[in-house]
Amino acid sequence: MFYREAGQYKTTYKADMAVFPLVQDRIGIIAILAIAFIGVPLLASEFIILSVMVPFLVFALAAIGLNILTGYTGLISLGTGAFMGVGAYACYKLTTIFPGVNIIVWIIVSGFFSAAIGVVFGLPSLRIKGFYLAVATLAAQFFLQWCFVRIPWLYNYNASGAIEVPERTLFGIAITGARATPEVRYLVLLSIVVVLAWLASNLVHGRIGRSWMAVRDMDIAAELMGIRLLPTKLLAFAVSSFYCGVAGACMMFLWYGGGEANDAFNVNQSFNVLFMVIIGGLGSLIGSFFGAFFISTLPTILKFGVPAIGIPLTGAFAEHLTHVMVGALIIFFLIVEPHGLARLWQIAKQKLRVWPFPY
Amino acid sequence: MTDATISAREAKPLPKWAVVTGSIVAVVIAIVLANAAGLMPKGTLLHGALIKPFVDMVDLPDLFVQTIWEGFVGGVLYALIALGFVLIFKASGVFNFAQGIMVVFAGLTLVGVYEKFASFGFTGMIAAYLAVVVALGVMFLLAVAVERVVLRPLVNQPDIILFMATFGLTYLLIGLGETIYGGSAKVMIADQLGLPKGAIDFDILGGRVTLQKLDIAAAVIAVAMIAVLAFFFQYTRIGRALRAVADSHKAALSVGISLNQIWIIVWFTAGIVALITGIMWGARSDVSFGLQTIALKALPVLILGGFTSVPGAIVGGLIIGIGEKIGEFYWGPLFGNGIESWLAYVIALAFLMFRPQGLFGDKIIERI
Repeated sequence: MFYREAGQYKTTYKADMAVFPLVQDRIGIIAILAIAFIGVPLLASEFIILSVMVPFLVFALAAIGLNILTGYTGLISLGTGAFMGVGAYACYKLTTIFPGVNIIVWIIVSGFFSAAIGVVFGLPSLRIKGFYLAVATLAAQFFLQWCFVRIPWLYNYNASGAIEVPERTLFGIAITGARATPEVRYLVLLSIVVVLAWLASNLVHGRIGRSWMAVRDMDIAAELMGIRLLPTKLLAFAVSSFYCGVAGACMMFLWYGGGEANDAFNVNQSFNVLFMVIIGGLGSLIGSFFGAFFISTLPTILKFGVPAIGIPLTGAFAEHLTHVMVGALIIFFLIVEPHGLARLWQIAKQKLRVWPFPY
Repeated sequence: MTDATISAREAKPLPKWAVVTGSIVAVVIAIVLANAAGLMPKGTLLHGALIKPFVDMVDLPDLFVQTIWEGFVGGVLYALIALGFVLIFKASGVFNFAQGIMVVFAGLTLVGVYEKFASFGFTGMIAAYLAVVVALGVMFLLAVAVERVVLRPLVNQPDIILFMATFGLTYLLIGLGETIYGGSAKVMIADQLGLPKGAIDFDILGGRVTLQKLDIAAAVIAVAMIAVLAFFFQYTRIGRALRAVADSHKAALSVGISLNQIWIIVWFTAGIVALITGIMWGARSDVSFGLQTIALKALPVLILGGFTSVPGAIVGGLIIGIGEKIGEFYWGPLFGNGIESWLAYVIALAFLMFRPQGLFGDKIIERI
């Protein structure tokens, strides 16, 4: 009743091709942004921001990156964790070598380092395909992870072998380091995510995105249509790694506030992000957000939510149960909707269009 | 067409293998000559990478044999895990990531059941083998459950969805295993199963080579199992049906082969392989959830040999196992050690650049 296109005429081609063609969609996105920028920092508790919103946003960024590679270009990658690590270490090196430059600049620039590494490891993708490629990208994961541990220059020869995030400010307000408040970190992160998501949306809806999707659907046919495979695939690797790198830098600087590669950028992280992309929906940006929210908050919900409804859980058992529940939910969602939460969202929108009448 | 192109067509190009061998020989000769000319003095990086390892190999042949043997045993065990992957991939097209955790789960079940028996005062070899039977039963139930709950509803879905489903299965089994058996490491009941202990020393090549009896047993059992599987695939009714399913699901269905049954059989076979792998790995170290990372070790083996080839899994396992040990032992110090974690992948990647479908995999044919 409220959500339908009746009466909304489009008089230009541009209006017809808009990402949000309906007025209701535009109102919705503005409302969501308003809530995210104003409502959450004002109303949400520190706990919600730090253990729900910040992880969600970081992983949403990483999931967008992987979705560009896996969902849009059809190249499965299991090296996401390592590419995130490249971003984090690049950002750390840059900000310690050039402390004067604003940290947000370095967070974005570190994405380019990650993109360069991604291109190098994307080179085999022209020849190796499918699961063979997936396993080949694991080479990137293990090699880079080894580098993070074995090359002390990367962590400035710290005795702990970990990144120690220094304090950096913007307009005199600390945004990284121990004195940065959760609200500030959240807002910085949110701004980065919004800008990059907007960029990604433009990329995938334009010529580049079309050529990615052509390569995904059948790369030989795409080649015959005049799409050059190597630049297209490498660009997908570069853009994907850029997003992952920025996500990694954000993770270290705005969320963890320091840490070690083996904890944060291991192969489980790669699998985690792949989960998000698949549960959220391959080839869907909004799906990346859904998937990231689902997977990143599930352990928190199970840990704090289940005892709240009266089922007592103790530490170790709760952890085991979380594993079982996550596994079961993944299988359940794959069976119910193999195309991910994004498809459910689409179905819901379609239903809303004709509501309350079924036809 | 000009004369030049015609003669170029008539001249037969060198076969690929000749080019590869030729260039390897050329590189070796170049290195030897450069060394003789004194271009690579001791202590430099080039000397460390190109000369010293080979000199070490020749100087201490017993150490070299020992390294190869250890690599061989490791390779056989990798091959066993890869075998479980290949069986399932061939028959159902599922890239079963859960194989690693199935190994752990099978091993834990075996030890857990034996402990239960022991608590009733029922120990010894009979109890151990009874525990094996129970563990096999559990693996069978698991196969049935996987087929019913995961594979059947997801039939005809894209490969990556099925891959993710086995991921869900991995989490499920980790949680389940930890809930039932606890998270602590357990000792495999190697003695009770009659596995040999101790070591044999050989005095050869002016040195001593030590072979663990357990490793010999592992190699023998692995070879025997591979032979049995080959026989099973080649000469039995079910084996033929399995091969038919691997070739084409539709054609197999149309001649009256039940896909569901075949899947149960295949997952059960993979379960048996997992149990044997679990016993072997468990006896070498202990049975813990850390073992599941060996699944990640089996992946390069898999892409090296090809997803669809049983011999590929074995040859791949041996190449990776031996290559990894030699690389770690002779070249590792150059990189500051720990290169085992990625060396296998790099070896596999190098092979893949020449054969994108692995050494023995089905040729990938792409059509519009």
